Amino acid sequence: MGPAGADLELDRVSKRYGRIVALDAVSFDVKAGELFGFVGSNGAGKTTAMRIALGVLAADSGEVRFGGSLLTPEIRARIGYMPEERGLYPKMKVLDQLGYLAELHGLSGAEARRSAEHWIDRLGLRERRLDEVQKLSLGNQQRVQLAAALVHDPAVLVLDEPFSGLDPIAVDVMSEVLREKAATGVPVVFSSHQLDLVERLCDRIGIIRSGQLVTCGTVAELTADANAQLIVSAPRADAGWAKALPGVTVLDEEPERTVLELEPAVDDQMVLRAALATGPVREFRRRQPTLTELFRNVVTEGRK
Amino acid sequence: MTPTKAVWLVARRELNTRLRTRSFVIGTVVILVVLGGYLLLQATLVNGADKSKIGLSGQTIGVAAELKAGASQIGETIETVPVADPGNGRQQVAGGELDALLSGNATELRVLVKSDLDEKVRALLNGIAQQQVLNAKLVEADQDPAQVMREVDSVQVQVDRLEPADAGSGQRLAVGLVMVFLLFFGIQAYGSSVAQGVIEEKASRVVELLLSTVRPWQLMAGKILGLGLVGLAQLVILAVGGAVMASAAGVLTLSGLAAGAVLWGVVWYLLGFFLYATVYAGVGSLVSRQEDAASVISPVTMVITLGFVVGFNVMIQSPDGTATRTLSLIPVFSPMLMPGRIAAGTVAGWEIGLSVVLTLLAGAVFTWLGAKIYRNAILHTGSRLSLRAALRG
Repeated sequence: MGPAGADLELDRVSKRYGRIVALDAVSFDVKAGELFGFVGSNGAGKTTAMRIALGVLAADSGEVRFGGSLLTPEIRARIGYMPEERGLYPKMKVLDQLGYLAELHGLSGAEARRSAEHWIDRLGLRERRLDEVQKLSLGNQQRVQLAAALVHDPAVLVLDEPFSGLDPIAVDVMSEVLREKAATGVPVVFSSHQLDLVERLCDRIGIIRSGQLVTCGTVAELTADANAQLIVSAPRADAGWAKALPGVTVLDEEPERTVLELEPAVDDQMVLRAALATGPVREFRRRQPTLTELFRNVVTEGRK
Repeated sequence: MTPTKAVWLVARRELNTRLRTRSFVIGTVVILVVLGGYLLLQATLVNGADKSKIGLSGQTIGVAAELKAGASQIGETIETVPVADPGNGRQQVAGGELDALLSGNATELRVLVKSDLDEKVRALLNGIAQQQVLNAKLVEADQDPAQVMREVDSVQVQVDRLEPADAGSGQRLAVGLVMVFLLFFGIQAYGSSVAQGVIEEKASRVVELLLSTVRPWQLMAGKILGLGLVGLAQLVILAVGGAVMASAAGVLTLSGLAAGAVLWGVVWYLLGFFLYATVYAGVGSLVSRQEDAASVISPVTMVITLGFVVGFNVMIQSPDGTATRTLSLIPVFSPMLMPGRIAAGTVAGWEIGLSVVLTLLAGAVFTWLGAKIYRNAILHTGSRLSLRAALRG
C-alpha cells in the first residue's frame, strides 16, 4: 500500500483512440502534499490523463507510479476520484451510498459508516443523510460527490473539474478541503477551467494542449518565462505612440492607458523615455501576465 | 481488498436494494395470489367436472336407474330429478340449473339442452334407447333379455400394456408446465434486471467511480450473483408456495412430485441464469441511456420467449414427442424445457446429463463473450456501441 506522503508520477504516458492521439508521452509528477492544477482546453486530454492515472483506463505506453511502484489494486483503492461526469446511484440514500463506496475501497463496515457520517457532517449534509440522492439539490449532490471521493481517507486525490457547477460557498468549502488534504501529505491533482482559482490554489500547474504537456511548473516559474508587460499611462501621447518601438507589441491601447508586451531583451527604460517624450507619465508599471493570459497565449500559439 | 470481497460487496448491494423494494414484495404476492386463484379454479373444476344434472319428465322417469348405472361405468356422475311440468323444466334448462331435460318415452327419447349436449351423455342416452328396442326385439324372438345381456356383458376386451399404467401423468404434465413457466419468468425477468442494472450504472455515470476501485469483471460478477440470488429467492417462494397451495387444494396428490420439481427447478434456474446473465450484462453495456434499453434487451428476451412459447405448446401436444425432446436438448431452451420434462416424467437420464453438459458449455462460451463485450463497452459513453466494435475492443 502506498503510504500517505508519496508522490504520484506519470511517466511518458501515451494513449490513442484509433487515429486520434489523446495523449502523447505526457510526463508530470504531483508531489506529496502538493496541489497540482491541470489546465487545458476541452478535448486536450485532461480527462484521459486522469483516467489513466486512476487505472480506470489503460495507457498504450508509459507508466503511472505512486510512491515509486506501479498501480496495484491496493493502491487504486486508496485513490479518491471525482469524475467529470458526476455520478451516483440516484435511488440510493446518501448515507448508504457513501458507506457502500467506502467499503468498496476496503474499509470495514463499521469504519465505512463512521467515515460516511464524518463527511456528511463535515460537508453539511446531516439533514439529508437519509434522502435519496436524486431528491437532493444539485449543489448538495455535488457535496455528496466530493464526500464520495474522500470517504475512504484516500492517499491520492484525482478530481476532474471539481469546481464546475459549484456555488461560491461550495467553492470555498471545496478549496478548504483540498488544502486540508494536501496539508496531510496527500498529492492532489485537479483539472479546472477556472484559471483564477487554479492560480490562487495550486502549488504547481501543468498546461496540456492536443495531448502534449506544453508547460509545467509553479505559477511564478510559468509567468517568469513569459514576456513581461508594461502598463503606461501617458495622457498626452498620440494614438500609436509605442507602435514603432523595437521589440514592443501593443496589446491594448485606450486613451489614457496602453498595455505593451516586451520581448525578453528589450530595456523598459527605453519605453519610459519614449513615453516621457510625449508629455507627463502618470503610471508606469511592469507586471507578469496572469495565468489566464499565459494560457491564452499557449493555446493560441498551438493554433498558429 | 480481495476480488471475492469486492464481488460480494456488489452482490450484497443488489440484494439489499432489490429484496426491500416494493416491486419485489408486491410482484411475488401478486403471482402467488394468481397461482392460488388458478389452483382454486382447478380444484372446483376437478370436483365439478363430469357431473351433470338431468331432469326427467313423463315416462322418462323410468330410465333414471339405467342412466345412473351407465354413467358410473364410464366415470361420469349423473344426478336425476323428476320434472312434473315440462314448461318449468324448460326454464330450468335455460337458467342453467339443469344440464338437460328428457321427455318422450324410453324408445323415443327427446333431449332438451341449452346449446350443446355432452357427447358422453348423448352416447349414454342413445345406448339406453337402443337397449329398449333391443329388449323388445329379444322378447319378440322369445329370448330373455336379462339372460342375453348377462352373456353379452361377460365378454370384455383384454388390455395388454407396454408400459405400466400412469394414473398421475396429467398431474405431472401440469407441474411440468408450471415449472416451464416459472423458469421462463425467472430467467427472463432477472436476466433483464441485470441489463437494466448495467444501464442504470452507465446512465447515472456512477460506473466510472466504481471502476476506479473494482475491476469490470468484479462489478459484473457481483451484479449477476446478487440479482441471481434475488431471482432464486423469488423462484423458491413461488414454487414452494405453489406446491403447498396445490396440495392443500387437493390438485396435487402425487407424493414427491412437487419436491422433485422444485429441486430440479432450482438446478435449472441456476444453469439458465448462468447461461443468459452475462449475455444480458454484455448487451446492457452497449448503451448509455435508459431509453435505449429495450433495443438491446428485447433480442435476448425474444430468444427466451420463443423457447417458452414453442416449448410450452409442443409439451402440451406431446410431452415425449420428437419436437419436445429435440428442443429440450438445445442449450438456449434447455433451462425451461428440461425441468418441465423432468417433472412430466418423460425424460431419460442420459438426456438430462447431455443437456446439463451442453448448457454448461454454452454458458462458458456466452460468459466469455458477454464479459468481453462488457469490459470493452462499459466506459464507452454517448451513442450505442455496435456489437462488433465492442467485441473488437
